[in-house]
Order: sequence, then structure tokens, then C-alpha cells
Amino acid sequence: MTDPVRQSYVDSHRSVAQRLPGSAQPWLRRVREAGLSRFNNVGFPTLRDEDWKYTDVRVIAKQPFLPVLDPGDGVDGERLRPLSFAGLESHRCVFVNGHYAPHLSALGTLADGIVVDNLATVLNQQPRELEGELGRSAPGELHGFAALNTAYLMDGAYVRLGRNCELELPIELIYVSTGTDDNRRVTYPRNLIIAESGSRAVIVERFVGLGQNRYLTSAITEVIAGPSAHIDYYKLQEESQRAYHVHGLYLEQARDSAVTTNNIALGAAIARTDIQVSLAAPGTCSKLNGLYIGTGKQHIDNHTQVDHRSPHCISDEFYKGVLDGRARAVFHGRVVVHQDAQHTDAQQQNKNLLLSPNAEVDTKPQLEIYADDVKCSHGATVGQLDPDAIFYLRSRALDESTARNLLTYAFANDVINRFALDPIRRAMEGRLVSKLLHGQQLEDLA
Amino acid sequence: MLKIENLHVDVDGTPILKGIDLEVRAGEVHAIMGPNGSGKSTLANVLTGRDGYEVTQGKISYRDRDLFALSTEERAREGIFLAFQYPVEIPGVSNLYLLKAALNSKRKHLGLGELSAVEFLKLIKEKVKLVQMKEEFLHRSVNQGFSGGEKKRNEILQLAVLEPLLAILDETDSGLDIDALKIVAHGVNSLRDAERAIIVVTHYQRLLDYIVPDYVHVLANGRVVKSGDKELALELEKHGYTQLVQSSGEGAARSAGA
Amino acid sequence: MTSPANDLDRLVGREYKEGFVTEIDAETLPPGLNEDVVRAISEKKREPAFMLEWRLQAYRHWLTMREPRWAQVQYSPIDYQAISYYSAPKQTPGPKSLEEVDPKLLETYEKLGIPLEEQKALAGVAVDAVFDSVSVKTTFRNTLAEAGVIFCSISEALQEHPELVRRYLGSVVPQGDNFYAALNSAVFSDGSFVYIPKGVRCPMELSTYFRINAMNTGQFERTLIIADEGSYVSYLEGCTAPMRDENQLHAAVVELIALENAQIKYSTVQNWYPGDELGRGGIYNFVTKRGACRGHRSKISWTQVETGSAITWKYPSVLLEGDGSVGEFYSVALTNNRQQADTGTKMIHIGKNTASTIISKGISAGHGQNTYRGLVKVLSGSDNARNYSQCDSLLLGDRCGAHTFPYVEVKNPTARVEHEATTSKISDDQLFYCRQRGLSEEDAVSMIVNGFCKEVFRELPMEFAVEAQKLLDVSLEGAVG
Repeated sequence: MTDPVRQSYVDSHRSVAQRLPGSAQPWLRRVREAGLSRFNNVGFPTLRDEDWKYTDVRVIAKQPFLPVLDPGDGVDGERLRPLSFAGLESHRCVFVNGHYAPHLSALGTLADGIVVDNLATVLNQQPRELEGELGRSAPGELHGFAALNTAYLMDGAYVRLGRNCELELPIELIYVSTGTDDNRRVTYPRNLIIAESGSRAVIVERFVGLGQNRYLTSAITEVIAGPSAHIDYYKLQEESQRAYHVHGLYLEQARDSAVTTNNIALGAAIARTDIQVSLAAPGTCSKLNGLYIGTGKQHIDNHTQVDHRSPHCISDEFYKGVLDGRARAVFHGRVVVHQDAQHTDAQQQNKNLLLSPNAEVDTKPQLEIYADDVKCSHGATVGQLDPDAIFYLRSRALDESTARNLLTYAFANDVINRFALDPIRRAMEGRLVSKLLHGQQLEDLA
Repeated sequence: MLKIENLHVDVDGTPILKGIDLEVRAGEVHAIMGPNGSGKSTLANVLTGRDGYEVTQGKISYRDRDLFALSTEERAREGIFLAFQYPVEIPGVSNLYLLKAALNSKRKHLGLGELSAVEFLKLIKEKVKLVQMKEEFLHRSVNQGFSGGEKKRNEILQLAVLEPLLAILDETDSGLDIDALKIVAHGVNSLRDAERAIIVVTHYQRLLDYIVPDYVHVLANGRVVKSGDKELALELEKHGYTQLVQSSGEGAARSAGA
Repeated sequence: MTSPANDLDRLVGREYKEGFVTEIDAETLPPGLNEDVVRAISEKKREPAFMLEWRLQAYRHWLTMREPRWAQVQYSPIDYQAISYYSAPKQTPGPKSLEEVDPKLLETYEKLGIPLEEQKALAGVAVDAVFDSVSVKTTFRNTLAEAGVIFCSISEALQEHPELVRRYLGSVVPQGDNFYAALNSAVFSDGSFVYIPKGVRCPMELSTYFRINAMNTGQFERTLIIADEGSYVSYLEGCTAPMRDENQLHAAVVELIALENAQIKYSTVQNWYPGDELGRGGIYNFVTKRGACRGHRSKISWTQVETGSAITWKYPSVLLEGDGSVGEFYSVALTNNRQQADTGTKMIHIGKNTASTIISKGISAGHGQNTYRGLVKVLSGSDNARNYSQCDSLLLGDRCGAHTFPYVEVKNPTARVEHEATTSKISDDQLFYCRQRGLSEEDAVSMIVNGFCKEVFRELPMEFAVEAQKLLDVSLEGAVG
């Protein structure tokens, strides 16, 4: 029994395979073929998959989405202007509907040893450079979306930080999607970030939707942090309200490296982010911060897995969610401490705030421990605003809605305060106010 | 009772004690003072047999036996008691239970019968008064949720119940307000007698106003740099350690208490 | 000084003192399972017709099901055709006086510390003794009858109170609930039945002692407890089995029903044979336990101390249907050697103002694998639901595992759900502190472990709390110093 939708992805791959960048490279063909055959085997995930039991993607799987083969021309600098973060100077690299848009990008001057480029160019011009690195930190068993991304990989960002290179300004990677009026487009951003030993950078990835079309983004970002590398990574997802967004962020950390991922989910009808961190060498430190805010009928699923494979590693995970309307959030945080990963310190917290009677949260923190000299804990809470605190504020003359807004703001601010990058922190405070608090000004309160 | 000869101790390969000589006789109270990092706590830990301290030279005899041949618990049963600088929390185990288990393991070792529940309770009630603790403390988990002062008083309660021959108080005064300090000192003083020796390890002279030592030794850079009587402590209070520490490089002074 | 590792090995070498075999003539069905076996079991028990029909439904459903594989446990496949589904000591059936019970059985229970003579029994505890597939004796039936309490084997209940059984059996755990529950529904042989009438506080602790004796036999008991409005009962079960190299299957179902204002306290001390240090033999303990707080302000409390079995798969759960109902789960699970446990609970909040508490303490030693798996679910109509969960794991040794898999699903914004979990080992500081006070390393570990479990032990009836502590010590013997 063949599923016609699955078949159509396979068929359409045949017809476009020759046009994909670097298609002449045997190694790249193997990577893509492996992705395609994986997809052909597993298809889209279903509720029967333990990792997808709370996220129903049938609405995505029921009709095929078509790849965007050519860069669109409908986006100009004017449309992007409102997206800028006040006070954020960056090396900016913009992609429109999955393809590099040089006219919108501003790479600025980069020091020697630092490469920021688009993947398609590199695959066409120096394809050998990425052999063995593209796909390296992705997990062996990709889910259907990640497999499709691998099969169709076309373009995205390629960042390489040479040994001991330090970037002063953040690298800002913006993936803009407009979709088309047929509501059937899919883009497959594929990003590879390699930080060689001792390098240091701030990376901001932004997924932005323009307009109201329905489209699918199926993205993968691979990050390889070399010994003693420091990376402060931000993901800000603001797809259009009808869009579907699935993103895999796969991190591999070498000895003494420190990576912080800050994962902010605000947009899309269905949004799923998988973050997998492999602490493969001693002395590594990984921080995972997350904030998700769901309103309307949004479904936001964050799936994180931290593998402690080596002794003396630290992981600290802190995810918070606020749900209003009929929104539903899923948090799945798995921490595995492998045998002999002694002196592991792994902490995880997930806290959820439900603001409306129809909002819903499913949280699944998981600790799997095979070493004994460890300090591990996790906690999960689901609750609402503290009525005592509301009462207290009201007794101090605040009206009820202001009191609620202030407390909601305080709840989320807890995560926002962990963001080291000032412009992002300020921008997030603004987003929070406009998305959740109906624009109420809190500056004079907070 | 206790004789320490030329004791050298390494921690993680770094020499911390570099030749300590000290003799403590029954009935005596010795104060060991010194700046932070001088090795005071190391000495207390070595005396009680804590892991992680490597004795590279020297010997210690306790009541004419080689101390190093005894395990931590054997030393305890033979009468060595350490009042911890940082008493440990043990969730779910009541104070009363620990006291009873400790006392009975000691009595068993000494060939005495275990105390019955009634006898034990009678004893405890007496001792609790000594440190001015409420009886409800006995039913709480060992040190869990105790304030700093409560923890230290709890150490003295254990000291009073176990009636050791050699009591070592490791920075027992740290974190105590004056009232708690007086209670602790009162508890210790009431145990002073001709059979028992006490070693008070402290950074400050303050505690020695209440537990008056027979001898004072100053430890610096892993050596005893000066010994004297209680006047030495007062002198230190006035002039600080700096001068003594500077002169300690020129070789260890012999312990005057020996 | 002894190294902890050596002491660990020493402790592992514990003996299972309940591992003896009782030589007794038994009537055993040949191995294998088909509709005739189901019919034969029903016939042996002279069950009413509805019961046979019920069993056959369950059997047919079971055939369509697959063995669950999601638990964090590993074992070689079970051959369901190699198991005998019924084994009973030869004797006259039906209720009997003590004189009619085979002296060998009395001796067995005596040896296990469960005297069946009422004058020797623990004060205030009535016992139903289940040996392989049948109940051999229920003590204090008359005393209980005076209070209106029915306490007998479920076989007898089917004869004497068929209407009660029919009304409640399968009402909490339906026949097709899961693979093992379906199997149990088809072939269950005996177990206990309890009915506490309205307003009655059961005058004694009730307990069932389960013993597997025969070889290659599965034990499939079924327990049904109904607490009518305003009543209270405290019930305890204990379990042991002989040491054998083969694995044996135990697939029980326990159903509890608490009506308005009723309270059921159900305690388990599970000490099935755990297998040897290499993981040979031991009981596969696949158990479905569930209670329904059907009435307003009813309460069901599960307390379990799980030290036995090669594999434990067990999630005593509470359906909080009545408004203001309360569910509790207190668990100590210890895995040593090659034992594996995947255990936890489900608290399903349905009614308004319902509350649940989960306290789970897992101890892993040797190569033991210990998993907490739990679900807290708040349905949309369940206003003001409260849950607090605390799951702590203690690791003794570097080849064991401790896993925590809580699931929290909340569909009502007035819910407050809190889950916390920690994993740690006994700290060197704690050990040193105790040893400085004169305790041996082994006593110190035992004391710390017991302290770790205290919140659960204090939920057990007094006599059994002491028993549980001893059991923990024995199970850990050699596991640490």
C-alpha cells in the first residue's frame, strides 16, 4: 500500500534532483538519496510515534507541498525594514523562500578566517569543503521532515569560524517565507555552522513569515562546536500564523566548549523544534533556554534531547511557556546520562502558564541515567497566575487586567532575562507585550 | 593520649601539612589557631580518617595505638569525636535514630550492652537540656533545615551523648551568634574532666574566651609556628597572624605543649 | 578501610530466604492456552455462566493484542503456550476449617511468617492465603462477618455474591484494557474479594498473601475491593515464590472501587523471587492495578514496596471521578543485580477539586535498572485539580540505571501540577559523618537508604513498615557498605 502523498515527494525529487546545487557530487548525492529513502521508509510521523504523540501532523501530511526551486522576487528591502531589531548591528544574511537573497543581505567586513556564505554557492563552487561535515551532527534516525530536508537540501547558511576567531557582531541569518497563493509551498533551509577550536560568536537565526499564506518550512541547522568554542545561539520563530514550521537543531560539542541555545517560538499554526545536543567530550557546558507563547489555535512543540556522553559536563535547561486562547504546547525534554559520564550536572525546568480555559499543555521531562556520580534533577509545573499575587497587586491599586499582565510578563521575563544579547532581550519584551498583553504598555510597571 | 610526630599530609598531591608535632594528654584543652588555608581542618580530617588525605610521613598514636590502623568508625568507637565545621544533612533519618545507632555501636564495641529505649530516652532528655534544644529537634531529620546555630548545637548534643575521650571541635564557633556561642561553650565545658582531652580548632580567639585552653598552637603553612598558653591567643587577637606567618618559613617551632 | 566497591559485591550476595519449594500433590493443567483451557478453569471453579462468557470475550480480545514493548525493560520473549494456567493443591474445594487444610500448606505459611491459625496471627490482621491458583484459607471471616464485611476468595464470592462481582468486575480495568489485563481476565484463577458495607470502618487490617509454588505455572490473581459509601478499609498484600532458574509469569489485576466518602488504603510488599545475581530466573511481574474514586470525597491510596521480581511492570493508578476525591501513590522500588523495574502511576483527574500526590523513591544497585513512569492527566472538566509529584532516585554503584519518565497532560487552566525529580548517590560526606559517629559503612548506608524511603514507609501499616525496612536491608545486603 503506497501512500500517494509520500510517493509524490519521492517522484518530485526525481524530477528536480538534477537541478539541486552540487548534484554532480557523488557524496552529496548519497546524502540526499539516504534522506529520500529514509523518508520513503518512515513517511511523516504519526501520533503513534512516542516522540510525536502530542503533535498531530496529519494536516501537513494529507497533501504534498511543492519545493520552491527559484528565488522569488517579491520581497524588497522595504518589506524587511520593520523586521530589524533596534540596536542590533549584525552580519546579515537573508534567504527568501529558501534561497539566498544577496540584495537583501549585508555581510559587512569579516575578519580573516571567518566565512559566512550561502550553502548553494559553496556546494556549486567548492563542494569538497563540506564533505563529511554536512549531516555529521544530525541523528542517525531522522524523522520524516528532517529526512525530506536532507533529500531536498538546496540552500541555507554556511558559517565557518576559524581557529580562535572571535566575532564582535552577531551573525544574523534570516529566512523569510512568503509562500504562494496556492498555499502549497515548502522550503528546506539547511544550515551548517562550524566553530573551530577557541572561536567565539553569537548566531541569530530568524524564521519570518510575510503575509498570510500557508506554507511549510522544514529546516535543519547543524552546529559543530570545536574545543573551547563559545557559541551563543538564538532562534526566533515568527512564521505566518497559518504556516507549518519544523526545525531540527543538532549540536555537537567538543571538549570545554560552551553553547547556549535560546529558542523562542511565537509564530506558525504548528511549530515543532527538535534540539539535540551531544556532549561528547569532557568539560562541555550546554545551556538551553526556551520561551514559547501560544495564542489562537497555535500548536507549539519543543523537543529537546541532551546526551551526556562524557564526564564532567554540565547542562542546564530552562523552558517556559505561556498559553492563551485554544493554544496547545508540548514540551519534551530528555536528558540521558550515559554510562561512565560521571560528575554530570544536569538540570532541567519546564514551567507553563495557562491563561485560558481552552489552552492545553503536555509536558514530558525525562531523565535516563546510567552513571552514579551525578547530580541531576528536573521539574515541571503547570499552573495559572497566583490569585494571591493578583489580589496583592489589586490591593495596591492596580486594576485586575494590569495585575494579570504584569504577572504574566514577570513569568516570561524570567527566561528573557537569560538572553545575553541586549537587542534581542528588548525586542522580546516588545513581542511579549504585543502578542499576549494586547499592547498594554508595561514599561512604567515593569 | 594523642601523639602526633612529624606529620606530613598531601591533598591531591599538594603538601598541606609539612611536619606537625603535637602531644595532647588526658584532661588538657588545646586550641589550634591559624589563618585560612593553614591546614587546621586537614588536621581534623586526618585524625578522623577521612578519604582524600594522604599521609606521606610521620605517625600518630592514640592511646598507645597506631591511629592509621583504625577505620573511621573504629576511631569513633574508641572515643574520637569530630564536631564538624559543616554538619551534614541526612534526609529522612531522625536525630534520635542517629544518636541511638551511634551510641549503641559504641557501647557494643566497648562490650557494654545496648541501652533500652527507656534508658536511652532518659539519657537524651538530660543531654538535650545541656544544649538548650527543644525535644522536637530530636524527631527532625539530621541537620535538615536546621539553622547554622542549630546545627552546631546538634553537634554538641552528639558530643555530650557519645562522651568521647578526644573531642575535636572544627570551627565550631563559625556562624554562631553570641548566645549560641555561650550555649555551645557551656556544653563543652561541662564535659571537661581529667579523662577527656579537647582540641579546639578555630580561626578566631572569640571562642577561647568561653572555652579556655591550656595550650594554644598557631598553625601556618602546614606547620606549628608557635605554641604557648592562652595569652598567645590574646596576642594574636591584637596583632593578627601576619607576623607569625611570615616567620614560619624559617622552620617549624616545636610545640611547647608537648 | 574497605572500598565501597567491595562492600557492594558483598551486599549483592544476599540470600532469598523465601526461596524454598513446598512438595505437595497438585492438580495442574497441562501447559498451553486456548478456549478449552479457559472453559476448564471456569468449570473447575463452578462459575456462573456469565463468568465463562466474560472470560471468553477477554480471551478473544487478547488474541488480537500485542505484548507492550514500551517499558524500559528487556527480557526474552515469553512463550504463552509453555505456561500452565492452573495449578492447585489437591484438596476438597470450597470454604474449609483449618483442620481440612493440608498441614504442608499451613507449614509453608508458618515458614513465611504468616500463621493461618487465628490465635497465632498478628493482632488485628485477617489473611487470605493464595497458593498458586487457589485460595487455601481466609482467616477471621466470622469476626469480619459480624461487621458486615465480606472478605473471601474471589471464587467464593462468585458463588455467594455473584451480583456484586458481576456489577463491579471489569468496571475499573476492562477486559481489554491491556495485554496482560486481557490475559488475566481470561484465565484468572483466584484472588481476594472485599466488600465493606456503607458506613463501616473495617475492624481489622485485611491482607492477602500470594505464593507461587508450582513450576512453569503462571499466577493470575484477581482482586476486587469495593468500599461502599462512607466506609474505610486498609488492605495489604505480600508475595513470595521459590527460587528457580526459569522465569515465571505473574499477571495480576487489582480493581478498587471507592464510593462516596469511602477510603481504601492498599499496601503492597512485593518480594517475588528476583532471580540470581546473573539474572537467571525470577518472576515477571506484569500487574495492572487501578482504583476508581467513584464517589464524591472518596480516597484511594496506593503504597508499594517493590524489592522482588526479575521484571516489574506495574502502575497502580487512580481515576479521580468524584468531586473532591483524592488519589495517592507512595512507592519504594529497589532493583539490585539484574532486576528491572518500570513502575509508577497514573492519576487521572476527572472530577472537580480533585487532588493527587505521588511520592516515588527508586533505588538502583548492581546492574539494576529502575524506571519511574507516571502520568498526571487533568481533563478539561476537572476544575481546581492539584497534583504534586516527587520522584527521587538513589544510585548505588556505577553499572545501574535510574530513569524518570513523567507525563503531564493538562487541559484545564485551573490545574496546578508540580513535578520534581532528583537523582543522586549517597554522598561521601553523609557516609563519613555517620562513620565518624561510629556506624559501620554498611549500617550507615542502610540508615541513609531507609531515611530516603521514610516518606513512603510511614504510609505503611505499622507492622509492615518494620517488615519493609528489613526487606530493604536484606535486598541491599552486599550492595553497599
